[in-house]
Amino acid sequence: MKIIIRFLPLVLVIALGVVLYRGLSLNPQDMPSALVGKAMPEFSLSTLNDANKTVTKADLVGDIVLLNVWATWCPTCKYEHPYLLELASNPQLNTQVKLYGVNYKDERLAAQQWLINYKDPYQFSIFDKKGILGLDLGVFGAPETFVIDHHGIIRKRFAGAIDVRVWRKEFEPLIKQLINEKQQGK
Amino acid sequence: MLNKALFIMMMSLTSLFASNTVYASPVETFEFQDQVTKVRFQALSKELRCPKCQNQNLADSNSPIAADLRHELYDLLQQGKADSEVVDFMVARYGEFVLYRPRVSSVTYILWFGPALLILIGLIVVIIILRKKPATKENLALDSDQQEKLQQLLQPNHNVKNPNITKEEKE
Repeated sequence: MKIIIRFLPLVLVIALGVVLYRGLSLNPQDMPSALVGKAMPEFSLSTLNDANKTVTKADLVGDIVLLNVWATWCPTCKYEHPYLLELASNPQLNTQVKLYGVNYKDERLAAQQWLINYKDPYQFSIFDKKGILGLDLGVFGAPETFVIDHHGIIRKRFAGAIDVRVWRKEFEPLIKQLINEKQQGK
Repeated sequence: MLNKALFIMMMSLTSLFASNTVYASPVETFEFQDQVTKVRFQALSKELRCPKCQNQNLADSNSPIAADLRHELYDLLQQGKADSEVVDFMVARYGEFVLYRPRVSSVTYILWFGPALLILIGLIVVIIILRKKPATKENLALDSDQQEKLQQLLQPNHNVKNPNITKEEKE
């Protein structure tokens, strides 16, 4: 009994050390989104390529959707762009999953030029100049990518660039699961 | 779950240090129709955390998202929303995380009640230590059984079992 009490402080300090050490490896940007499990917010905005064409939530819902928030002022978006092109040109994927862009707080001309220069992976991009949709989605930077299921429920939010590694780890299992759910008519 | 608890612990530690940061003046100027709204705006922008720069509140941060949220906060107040409605609006979009003073829920119990629990444990330990009887002459004295054993040990023929000692004693 006495020996236990004598070693108790040591054990406690080690336990605290382990907890704090693990804390060092947590990514503070990796925040639980408030929107996971909730419905995609309503919006009514023009598309990037056509200021006269209005799109709403109804234009997205029905498919499994990747909604990618991007902007020309965002260097990480440029890094991410080639991989988005790769995803969009993947024939296995693009029949099941639709990739849409949200052009977030950007200039229309600059963004259009960007898509000409670097090619356009999106079905269309929603032009969100004032960040209204961004605010409703809880976006705090770019790039961010949301996975929305065929019922219009947000299933995942990922802040940061997507590349092969991130895709395999963060997205692929969920996308497979969603395709299954859809096929089973859930 | 463990990760969540860890995360909250780290956040509580960081917010502990952040609570003493210097208050920088906001970049924009807002006009308020009355003093009350102004005070509410200032209070709320101190209470709400910038989602991007996590150790700064909305009033403190220069990041674009903080500026946006300050505008949003201003708009909401101008629309006559109550403080709780403003907070709900922010939480619905950015999560509990935006609150520097988290709400009491099953996830935040450790934050709210942890310190009290630790103090309680400390008090109990102190009381236990204090209640332990100090060594006095009375409780150091041998009882009858111990006394008897001692007598046995001291008797010369007791050492027969142990030849070494017997030898030494003979010398």
